[in-house]
Amino acid sequence: MGRYVARRLLLTIPVLLGASFLIFAMVYALPGDPIRALGGDRPLAPAVVAQLRQEFNLNDPLGIQYLKYLGDLAQGDLGTDFRGRPVLDTIAQRLPVTIKLTVVAILIEAIIGIVAGVLAGIRRNSFFDNVVLVSTTLVVSIPILVLAFIAQFVFGLKLGLFPISGVQEGWYSFLLPGLVLASGSLAYVARLTRTSVAENMRADYVRTARAKGLPNRTVVVRHTLRNSLIPVVTFVGADIGTLLGGAIVTESVFNLPGIGRAIFDAVRAQEGAVVVGIVTLMVFFFIFFNLVVDVLYAVLDPRIRYE
Amino acid sequence: MSTASMSVPSGSARGASAPVLEVQDLRVQFRTGSGLVNAVNGVSYTVSEGETVAILGESGSGKSVSAQAIMGILDMPPAEITSGRIMFEGRDLLTASAEEQRKVRGPGISMIFQDALSSLNPVYSVGFQIGEMFRAHRGTSRKDAKKLAIELMDRVRIPAAAQRVDDYPHQFSGGMRQRVMIAMAIALDPRILIADEPTTALDVTVQAQVMDLLKDLQRDTGMGLVLITHDLGVVNEVADNVAVMYAGRIVERGTVDDVFGNPAHPYTEGLMASIPMLEAKGGRLQPIGGQPPNLSSIPSGCPFHPRCPKRRLGADAPPGRHCAEDVPPLRLVVPGREAACHYSEEVLGV
Amino acid sequence: MSDQQQADLRKDEVEAGTTTGLASPSVDPASDRQNSLWSDAWKQLRRNVLFWIGAVLGLLFLLMALFPGVFSRGVDPRDCSLSRSGQAPSSEHWFGFDQQGCDYLANVVHGARNSLIIGLLAVVVILLMGVVVGALSGFFGGWIDSLLSRVADIFYALPLILGALVVLRSGFLGRGVVAVAIALAAFGWMTAMRLVRSQVIAVKSSDYVAAARAMGASNGRILVRHILPNAVAPVLVYATITIGVLIAAEATLTFLGVGLQRPAISWGLQIDAGQRLLRIAPHLVLFPSLILTMTVMAFVMMGDALRDALDPRQRS
Repeated sequence: MGRYVARRLLLTIPVLLGASFLIFAMVYALPGDPIRALGGDRPLAPAVVAQLRQEFNLNDPLGIQYLKYLGDLAQGDLGTDFRGRPVLDTIAQRLPVTIKLTVVAILIEAIIGIVAGVLAGIRRNSFFDNVVLVSTTLVVSIPILVLAFIAQFVFGLKLGLFPISGVQEGWYSFLLPGLVLASGSLAYVARLTRTSVAENMRADYVRTARAKGLPNRTVVVRHTLRNSLIPVVTFVGADIGTLLGGAIVTESVFNLPGIGRAIFDAVRAQEGAVVVGIVTLMVFFFIFFNLVVDVLYAVLDPRIRYE
Repeated sequence: MSTASMSVPSGSARGASAPVLEVQDLRVQFRTGSGLVNAVNGVSYTVSEGETVAILGESGSGKSVSAQAIMGILDMPPAEITSGRIMFEGRDLLTASAEEQRKVRGPGISMIFQDALSSLNPVYSVGFQIGEMFRAHRGTSRKDAKKLAIELMDRVRIPAAAQRVDDYPHQFSGGMRQRVMIAMAIALDPRILIADEPTTALDVTVQAQVMDLLKDLQRDTGMGLVLITHDLGVVNEVADNVAVMYAGRIVERGTVDDVFGNPAHPYTEGLMASIPMLEAKGGRLQPIGGQPPNLSSIPSGCPFHPRCPKRRLGADAPPGRHCAEDVPPLRLVVPGREAACHYSEEVLGV
Repeated sequence: MSDQQQADLRKDEVEAGTTTGLASPSVDPASDRQNSLWSDAWKQLRRNVLFWIGAVLGLLFLLMALFPGVFSRGVDPRDCSLSRSGQAPSSEHWFGFDQQGCDYLANVVHGARNSLIIGLLAVVVILLMGVVVGALSGFFGGWIDSLLSRVADIFYALPLILGALVVLRSGFLGRGVVAVAIALAAFGWMTAMRLVRSQVIAVKSSDYVAAARAMGASNGRILVRHILPNAVAPVLVYATITIGVLIAAEATLTFLGVGLQRPAISWGLQIDAGQRLLRIAPHLVLFPSLILTMTVMAFVMMGDALRDALDPRQRS
């Protein structure tokens, strides 16, 4: 088990470095001058430009720039934006919003998705199963952008149940964006659960469990659901990592000041340091939760543990 | 010739004592997207205490389906039991409540399957899965169930049982896994054990060990054994009586010695000719021509007639014994022998 | 088997309603298996209502992209008059007017072409990359596989929208249809690669590939003749659904302000312009959203149905 985790951990390092270098290269090496863009319509004085380029290491070759960046990163310094604000401050300010949104979305997708999937999988081809099938197809097909506007218009403007913009005290203002954000994964979780349950219901060991004269409840819960939920739990776990990276569209449409909104603003303003810093954090979350899921998988399925 | 089959009074397909399990005219259908599949079409047999009955047949002959119907573990739908009675200790299981049926599974009748790897749940230890029998049926505590599981693993000769009780199915070899299945099945001293192709997935040497284990357990406990197989060698070694199935019907029944010594049905005869015999070196093996019948449209008359070398059709056939039109009933051909063929006497040579 | 026996058998098979192949001359098992996969799949598809709904929607979308004039009832999308700005739908103008006073139906209908081109172009690039990288990775294994798989992992760590956002914002690809398609493909090829890779690995170790190798077939021949045909089914399912995903992604990028730009006509631009008027003219968001959703749904439904039809495990 320890070796398994260590091996996984080692494999993640090149991915983390590779992804952060990829974004670094895209931000700093692709044509288009961020410093000039900073000035907007009024061109900056050449001296100012030169000073800024020096400050942000823009005159070094790309590889050196990246190594310098990594060196700073190792000391916990993610750099500053062009206005001198530390990127770390931006993250510290924005992350709580994204965490709240993620918690709401994960709860929604896990609870509703698993319950719907289990009920549909147990009674395959029933009316309820067909409802789940059709509604998940529908939800998967609605782009999150469109879904966000539907939610705003129906629940916010017409019914007036939820605020449609910004953050308020407490969790209530996160419900609507959380639902929108969760919808795609929710549909996927429901389908994954349904397929997995239906497949496991036909498994030989479920037949054995029934041949053993176990009560129906035990057969379903212990021998069908326990096995069926392994892929579901791992999907939901990995999804935490994805959602923590910020939901650009949801946070933009609902005007939530989270990580996703921050990165969107930074990309538009070509704030290289902010983009690279946040994306690196985001990749870290993604990789970390995938690692957690790998370990979780090994805990849940003994066949993996001993490989 | 095995000693076991000699101990049974010859001339009787049924055991001497009152049968523990009696299957009467069992019929099972499957409703599928492409029509009705008639998997079991009127099967009757009995199993007495200490008796070993072999159900012999190709895949698709209905032997496994009938066993699952007895266990009450068929998926219904798509399966449907359209007629018959399954009498166990004087009670018809088919009319019993689901809860009563469940209570029979384990202490009354239990079953082991062909593929022990897929038949054991991969995420629970073998000790837990064996112990579940005691916990579910007797309310034994988790701790005591584990102790009993170790005892059972000892009994089915799994080495170092106490150390292996917490291991998972995938950590065992094929033969050991089947022993785990057997331990689970005999945990509650069932009166009937149904073994569905218990050795098919195993190596030849391991096959013999597992069959020996089953025979020893049967001798110790006196349980009746229903051995479902397509392996004539296994039948010959361990069974007392044999029922040969084809297209969901029993086509021949008798003691193993009688049936194997002199088949009364052309299908059995074909089966015998298709296996290599050590004594008959040099002879050509004769496969049975054609394919097993399609169960959604079983041939009219005798279901075996399209493949039967002895069939009589048209003007050759006497009235009422036309192989493609008249269904041959399972009838007493000579004392102790039943066969479903219009021309069994000719096949037997009597 | 004698001729007589064989003739009997054939007759019996016909009577019994089975065709075992025993009575007919042998055929190449590989192509036979493929043929029956596709013909079984088509039988299954034909009975699937969701497939037909998807196919009809998909066809409508295709026609809209090819002949927008027919659907806009001959109205020019750029024939605008500010006096009609934001008017609600009427029997004359089914979708009403946008803020500039252009006929909205004509505008929405003309948006289909860019979506189609971007969706198709991006999926073709994705498939090319997926097949080439996946086949190399799976077929050669070893360090090539390790390297390419890690590269795929790296790209996986960056979400599609984010990656495309950064590339497009840097501006070096431009902001046209091709630029958007390439940006999407650059961050969307990994799943296709993994699909092809796993299929290649599975088939590579199969008996019939070993047999072909034993008979002296070259690597290239084995890859093209035996391995890739097996990957077609899962890749086709993936590609169908992905077209829908890519069309939605294009609209999203454009909405976020890094995709297509005016004067190009795009559903993303329409939704972006409309969202500011959500309170007073909700139809401006509604109609492009509706058509966009129906388009994505067409591909998702077709892909889902295709997957069910091609996956033997799904059949009862």
